[in-house]
Amino acid sequence: MSNPVVPVPPARIPRGGSMLPDLTFRAIYVWYRDFTVWTTFYKASLIGNLGEPLLYLLAMGWGLGKMVGSVNGVPYISFLAPGLVCSAAMYAATFECTFGAFTRMTRQLTYDAILATPVSLDEIVLGEILWGATKSFFSGTAMLVVMALFGLVRSPWAILALPLAFIIGLLFAALSMIVTAKSPSYDFFSYYFTLGIAPMFLFSGIFFPLGNLPGWAQTFAWFLPLTHGVTVSRALFMGTVSWEMLGDIAWLAVFFCLAFMLAIRGIRKRLVM
Amino acid sequence: MTTVLKAVDLTKRFGSFTAVDRISFSVAAGECFGFLGPNGAGKTTTMRMITNHLLLTEGSLTVLGMEVGDHARKVKGRIGVVPQENNLDTDLTVMENLQIYSRYHSIPAKVAKKRAIEMLELFQLEEHARSPIMQLSGGMQRRLLIARGLINNPELLILDEPTTGLDPQARHMIWQKLRALQGQGVTLILTTHYMEEAERLCSRLVIIDHGKIHVEGSPKELIEKHAGREVLEVRLLDGEDRDGCLGSIGGRRLAGVDVECSADTLYLYTSDAAALIGRLTFGPERTILHRRASLEDVFLRITGRELRE
Repeated sequence: MSNPVVPVPPARIPRGGSMLPDLTFRAIYVWYRDFTVWTTFYKASLIGNLGEPLLYLLAMGWGLGKMVGSVNGVPYISFLAPGLVCSAAMYAATFECTFGAFTRMTRQLTYDAILATPVSLDEIVLGEILWGATKSFFSGTAMLVVMALFGLVRSPWAILALPLAFIIGLLFAALSMIVTAKSPSYDFFSYYFTLGIAPMFLFSGIFFPLGNLPGWAQTFAWFLPLTHGVTVSRALFMGTVSWEMLGDIAWLAVFFCLAFMLAIRGIRKRLVM
Repeated sequence: MTTVLKAVDLTKRFGSFTAVDRISFSVAAGECFGFLGPNGAGKTTTMRMITNHLLLTEGSLTVLGMEVGDHARKVKGRIGVVPQENNLDTDLTVMENLQIYSRYHSIPAKVAKKRAIEMLELFQLEEHARSPIMQLSGGMQRRLLIARGLINNPELLILDEPTTGLDPQARHMIWQKLRALQGQGVTLILTTHYMEEAERLCSRLVIIDHGKIHVEGSPKELIEKHAGREVLEVRLLDGEDRDGCLGSIGGRRLAGVDVECSADTLYLYTSDAAALIGRLTFGPERTILHRRASLEDVFLRITGRELRE
């Protein structure tokens, strides 16, 4: 193939390449597609999402809890459980929008097929994020039921942990879509899990009060999105609700919007040429 | 005749590589328009610009009266797409594939179900409605891809190599369905590297190579213009070259005959092979083949005989 040495003319802004998100109700169709698939194997999926936090609850709550006694005036297991609702939500959305979304985008060419219809790429991204958050909601619900059976629900406010799980899901689904957009292969996700998700799990106040940490580490923890989720969740379960919680929710919302815009940009950059 | 699609100086570059190089063509309503070309010619790139999967680098592309990039949703709602690479949803059953795809087109569930059943019947897949995709043969998957492309009743159907890799039975069935669709007034645009497919289906076609359109016309016109009516293939003997062969068969009496030579064969393109045979002398050791000119001759004369991959 001849490759003449002619300067490539400057790229013009392609039509249809607006920087604003191109969103309509059609994102729901993508959500519905994922939901339809889920209904055929929801049992396995729920066990997977529930299994890990449940094991933590048993091992840490019962086992470690015996040694720790009480934290902030409540038994350790009661201190721990609200945080595990948040981490369950985080993991559910993260798995869905890393491994799941990546498989659909690359191996199964699902996005390619949808792009031949009136659904836009931005709507695919939003649909996937809404679905990731829905799985967080399911995981949160399962955790709440288990906690109720363990007698760990002390306040009716705890029911609001379900919408909270959805909000946490939105944020982590959007973050995962950014990673998915950049990922050359499945191996890439292990970096994200080791460097992003694991520290989040350990240092966002699920296992110990953040006040135990040195000042600089507390500042670091403030920048972890999950910290704000855990703070709100714990207040809901303890029934110690306050207006301050709205600040944490706002933090999550702002962070979500930012992550969503970056996710759209990333996926567009990868798929639209 | 209404113009369904019009491309003017359509260009696509990937970095410094020009995949499609200022091509212009237009397709009228009810036509079956073919893109014939070797692998890497730019066929799929062109199709993917029509279906909005790729943005144009330069030029303009109007589909159903709308510039594609500016009206992506509207265009995509009115065309059907059968991609080269199988992208059926393997997480769903056959029926679910059609129903979920209808959903993407905002087709109400009831209408979608009725339409899906019709499509399954049309493509003889009704027995497999509940099967997972992975249980279907290659031919069935391709049929389902076409059925899916028709779910929104498109005015224009884009097919990228619709029968590549299929057995003859499956291929003939797809040809028959495509002719029936054309009979119903659906405009078809297809790419292929099968001459037979282009010759049987296309009312008009272009031969595309290295991103450029080389010729355009109906299969019959192209054959007559570029290959004549008949072809005489003369096999070279061991160690013989073009001139040696021409000398031995009486090449001086070939005035007015188009001659082409590949590694081991001399091709003589003529309108009257019987008369030509009478004028030439063939020894008993010589193998010759006398046949009608075909689209393949046109294709090979225009795109050359060297291997592409």
